Amino acid sequence: MKARSVRRRHGLDLALKAFSGLAAFGGCFMLGWILLLLLGRGLGALNWDFFTKLPTPPGVQGGGLGNAIVGTLAITLMASLVGVPLGLLGGVFLAEFGRGTRLAAGIRFAANILMGVPSIIVGVFVYGILVKPMGGFSGYAGALALAIIMLPIVARTTEDMLRLVPGSLREAAMALGAPRWKVSFGIFLRAAKTGVLTGILLAVARVSGETAPLLFTALNSPYWNRFDSLPHLLGSFAQPTANLTVTIFNQAMSPYADWQRSAWAASLLITLGVLLVTLTSRFLIQRRGR
Amino acid sequence: MTVLNPSHPTSRPGLDATPARPRRLPMDLLVHGFVALCALLIVVLLAGLFVELVVGSRLAMKTLGWRFLTSNAWNPVTGRFGVLSSLFGTLVTTVIALALAIPLSVVIALFLVELAPPRVATLVGGAIELLAAIPSIIFGMWGLFLFAPFMSDHVQPWLQRYTGGLPLFSGPPMGVGMLTAGLVLALMVLPFVTAITRDVFRMVPGVLRESAYGLGATTSEVTRKVTLPFAMPGIMGACFLGLGRALGETMAVTFVIGNDHKISGSLFAAGNTIASTLANEFSEASEPLYLSALIELGLVLLVITFLVQILAQLWLNWMGRGQEGGR
Repeated sequence: MKARSVRRRHGLDLALKAFSGLAAFGGCFMLGWILLLLLGRGLGALNWDFFTKLPTPPGVQGGGLGNAIVGTLAITLMASLVGVPLGLLGGVFLAEFGRGTRLAAGIRFAANILMGVPSIIVGVFVYGILVKPMGGFSGYAGALALAIIMLPIVARTTEDMLRLVPGSLREAAMALGAPRWKVSFGIFLRAAKTGVLTGILLAVARVSGETAPLLFTALNSPYWNRFDSLPHLLGSFAQPTANLTVTIFNQAMSPYADWQRSAWAASLLITLGVLLVTLTSRFLIQRRGR
Repeated sequence: MTVLNPSHPTSRPGLDATPARPRRLPMDLLVHGFVALCALLIVVLLAGLFVELVVGSRLAMKTLGWRFLTSNAWNPVTGRFGVLSSLFGTLVTTVIALALAIPLSVVIALFLVELAPPRVATLVGGAIELLAAIPSIIFGMWGLFLFAPFMSDHVQPWLQRYTGGLPLFSGPPMGVGMLTAGLVLALMVLPFVTAITRDVFRMVPGVLRESAYGLGATTSEVTRKVTLPFAMPGIMGACFLGLGRALGETMAVTFVIGNDHKISGSLFAAGNTIASTLANEFSEASEPLYLSALIELGLVLLVITFLVQILAQLWLNWMGRGQEGGR
């Protein structure tokens, strides 16, 4: 190693420190910029009508994205109803019943890869298996696409959280004669519930902001879903369903100023929702850590 | 594990059927089978993705053959399609994104682990993790309405003036284009790679770093000679995962890349990526061949990201094993 003067070494050190501090500050700055931008451009368009009215054609005053807000909530809820239980059970298999087996290792590998598959590809897949056979875009197809994205995330986080539970709990329960399934679900899953809930919340946050998998599954719609009776409700989700993210895409790419303003308001809303769920999960983790 | 957990051997299939616990076996088997099915669903879905995309692109494969992979044509009217222009845009934007995001991520992770006081590190780290949670379409909005005008007004003219007319920076400064898309992509990959790199840095044994500090090394020397070499495999893994993410990122890129099917030597030119082509054209494709060509485009992206993910997983598995063996 070449001998360097102390001054040069310290100069280099200072440069690195300054640069790394600057880069970290830059990251925070970007977050602040985006949040302030959303507040600045979106807050003005948020009013009662925005939550309760249907979108209007460009140039027509008033109107809102009530149908898209309801649609996003409904699609995310349906996706969670499918993705969360399946993911949870899959995670229990990976951590408990299949522990140490080659099958579990293979499934874990597949889950990691499925998590890395671009979400737009999942959209293409659901288009092929559901939209084309059913003959049209539907809210169900959108929910299925989001559920497929959730499944490996929930399974893997559930597994990781179950692994954190001390093994002595299992021994104690088994020594008392509890059957294996009771140990897994009644004791292990309960002991890990905060962590598992965190994983579920993160998965929900992740998919509720997704656009790409909805583009050619749920598509979009200028109408409300029907809530007057159950058959109508179920039927209306078999039609193209309004949702916030695809609406943002359509309105932002349009040349109309009032549509773009409404897209900013929708962006603010979806970001606040996603960040709120993310922060809730973080709060849960921290409280458990204490 | 086996020492701490004496019940483990009894869970092997050969030993389960001991007469001591015949009654709970059926229920256990049932639950075992059911959760195994749920887990297997993941494998089925992964396989199904491939099957469905291959089936969907059969028409394009039959009609266009290998030309699809070697042509840069994209003309729905004449029915000529090729993957090259989209693939080119995907690779160029990904390279720009990673070339920027990886060094910056390492430097930010360094700040979080080595330099910042714990409180600042928690705050800054939290902010960067929140950046990762922001939906991709929001980056698209920011990119299209704020960043692209900024690029065309300031950055692109500046680049043209001070690089002496490099062909890389030629053409009108439109704001949208491959350079802008690469930069927005870098911002999206950054928090992801930073988080992993930070965790890897934290695993570097304190003793190693402290001994180097004790010998009088400065922070930058400890970083270059001790922390980085130790963390290199982990950073490599983070890069693979960031690569996979950048390749498939859709919405933000679709907003700012300009969406043009051509291959241009200039980074200022509009282009497209596989994902952005799908986002723009899929729901409008009415011709069966057009749709099939788009699905084949998706298949190409799936195969690429699949290979990247496999490499990443194998690398991380190998790394984990190496570390356990070393202990």
